[in-house]
Amino acid sequence: MKKRVVVAMSGGVDSSVTAALLQEQGYEVIGMTMQIWDYSSFTAENGESFGSCCSLDDVYDARRVAESLNIPFYVINFEEDFQRHVIDNFCDEYFAGRTPNPCVLCNQVLKFDLLLRKALELEADFMATGHYAQILRRDDQLALVKGVDDAKDQSYFLFTLTPEQMAKTLFPLGGMTKEEVREHAVRFNLRVADKAESQDICFVPDGNYVRFIEEERGAGHKDGEFIHHNGQVLGKHTGIYRYTVGQRKGLGLSWTEPLYVIGINAETNQVIVGEKALLSRGDFELHRCLWNIATPTAPIQVECRIRYRHQPVEATVTPLPNGGASIAFSQPQKGITPGQAAVFYHDDRVIGGGWIA
Amino acid sequence: MTQIYLDHNATTPIRAEVLEEMLPFLRGKFGNPSSIHWAGRAVSSAVETAREKVAALINASPSEIVFTSCGSEADNLAIKGTASALRDKGQHIITTAVEHPAVLESCRSLEAQGWRVSYLPVDTEGQLDLAQLESLVGDDTVLISVMWANNETGNLFPIAKIGEIARKHGVMFHTDMIQAVGRVQLDVKAVNLDLAAISGHKFGAPKGVGALYIRSETQLEPLIHGGHQERNRRGGTSNVAGIVGLGKACEFAASEFEQATDRVRSLRDQLEDGLFATIDNIQLNGCVDRAKRLPNTLNLSFAGISGESLLLNLDLKGIAASSGSACGSGTLEASPVITAMGVDLAMAQASVRFSLGRENTPDEVEYVLSILPAIVERLRSISTL
Repeated sequence: MKKRVVVAMSGGVDSSVTAALLQEQGYEVIGMTMQIWDYSSFTAENGESFGSCCSLDDVYDARRVAESLNIPFYVINFEEDFQRHVIDNFCDEYFAGRTPNPCVLCNQVLKFDLLLRKALELEADFMATGHYAQILRRDDQLALVKGVDDAKDQSYFLFTLTPEQMAKTLFPLGGMTKEEVREHAVRFNLRVADKAESQDICFVPDGNYVRFIEEERGAGHKDGEFIHHNGQVLGKHTGIYRYTVGQRKGLGLSWTEPLYVIGINAETNQVIVGEKALLSRGDFELHRCLWNIATPTAPIQVECRIRYRHQPVEATVTPLPNGGASIAFSQPQKGITPGQAAVFYHDDRVIGGGWIA
Repeated sequence: MTQIYLDHNATTPIRAEVLEEMLPFLRGKFGNPSSIHWAGRAVSSAVETAREKVAALINASPSEIVFTSCGSEADNLAIKGTASALRDKGQHIITTAVEHPAVLESCRSLEAQGWRVSYLPVDTEGQLDLAQLESLVGDDTVLISVMWANNETGNLFPIAKIGEIARKHGVMFHTDMIQAVGRVQLDVKAVNLDLAAISGHKFGAPKGVGALYIRSETQLEPLIHGGHQERNRRGGTSNVAGIVGLGKACEFAASEFEQATDRVRSLRDQLEDGLFATIDNIQLNGCVDRAKRLPNTLNLSFAGISGESLLLNLDLKGIAASSGSACGSGTLEASPVITAMGVDLAMAQASVRFSLGRENTPDEVEYVLSILPAIVERLRSISTL
């Protein structure tokens, strides 16, 4: 009896190759696409219209690939769940003065929960995605491990995976480079072989998240103060959601030195700015930590990554009684941004992570 | 793999005899029926014969039949065409909350132009309150549009009584009878209809052809302007092969009516009785009285599971059924028809429609009954709903 696998197909190269490879390896493959956001009405200010990972064009591509592989293909409507769990959180986080990471959340709440459940409802043995990450047996347990293509590694976005989820998940591309995946796409003659990479945030295809939030929540009177680190009020801003830690452009402040956003206080509605040196910090706190090893009770040495493209840096993680942790980097890091995930590695293995407070 | 098709309200296979009748017009007989020469003459008689067959099925005159490209076009033509012709008389339409989108969206487009539309609600069995319908009729009401049979529940509406109300108040009466053709006796004169929409592919004719019955002397603006085809009521070169197929299918719908409906009714009853006997906590969506439903339709909600998951599991076993209505991307949403009946969201999302047809067999129904309860039980055991 063939093993049955549901492949989460986005219409892009990676998930299409995933489906083709698993079929070649003898699996019974079923394609499934999450419809999470409808871009049919989205047009940017300059009139440019966008495709993105969840637009109807991409659903069309996924369907056409599935048809060419002659596999069953289903589109599952997760628009409400996506709105509730991802979009609403995205907006809430900005209004709370944080910079959210919707991709981690989407993996946690949609792909590896709701979609995985759909797969299991179809008696699938596994769900597969086109992520560049690996699930390997380490120390007699399942471990989430970086993809071998360092430039593409997506383990950061997957740190919330539980052992139960990993046991049901396949990442066939984790051992490959993007170049190899493209070669497979050509070999399988997939129509999406030359398709461009998708955006970082699929529902903000033009990158203008401020406009997105204002469309979602309305542009209101959310003015507040720019305040210098030294306490001096420097001017007015038009809403804290417009700012993110590390931002320099668009502040419109005159000062003897270039100023950066170094913090946001949602309670006082203040954006705190300071000189470049103030961007770097050695210590910060996490909340809601998750562990892929036995939850440590004493300080532990890790390499810590504080955003997707960040090169992991040695750090000491001290677990806190509230389920969070305090982190001390071996050397100060720029851009420690509340709302982003901090992910801990031991070499190439993800051992845990949490959300920057 | 076994393939069992239980989605005849979505579409039906083309009957072999219908295809045979069409083939000459896809091969040698290529003429334009509007042409005066031999090539045109060779096909124009076939189009008119088809028109007579459609008319005969519903007790209309051939001149009252206009061929369209599909049922949706027929509904659009009926509603928008009437609205255009009668806008000076009044701008109010009465319809129901459970119409097909071809009717609902046509009405909404008129609303956007300033028309007033009343959407008559339904009760928990999906039935209408005719006193309420009559109370909605005002001086400015120009059209009542109520479907003959509902596509999702199979419910039959009291068309004759609605026809009486329409006549009494001098209001035009349209019905979307797309699901009723071949499944119910149809007589447009007896029920005082002015307009009635038909779709070929719902009863053995091909996709891409439909018809609108337009009672003679009815005022109607065309939707598609063009040549003088269809007595100036619908421009565009005739889809000859499709029209011929539609005519042939209407012939069968008339000649085989009793036998075909008895047969499909017994299969549907076998399925309905079998499922109620083997699965707990299921709810019928539609009239409990089977005589008030189409003979081929069964809509059930399976408490505690998602109808979508059940459908996908059935599909993987080769059984085609449906739920709600497919939207642009092919996803499924809770059926507005089922929610209009006051069914809560969870049960609406747990609904599945089985619609049977002439090629189904008792063995096929037995096969469905042999595997469906186990799927429901398994989904319930892992459900987090």
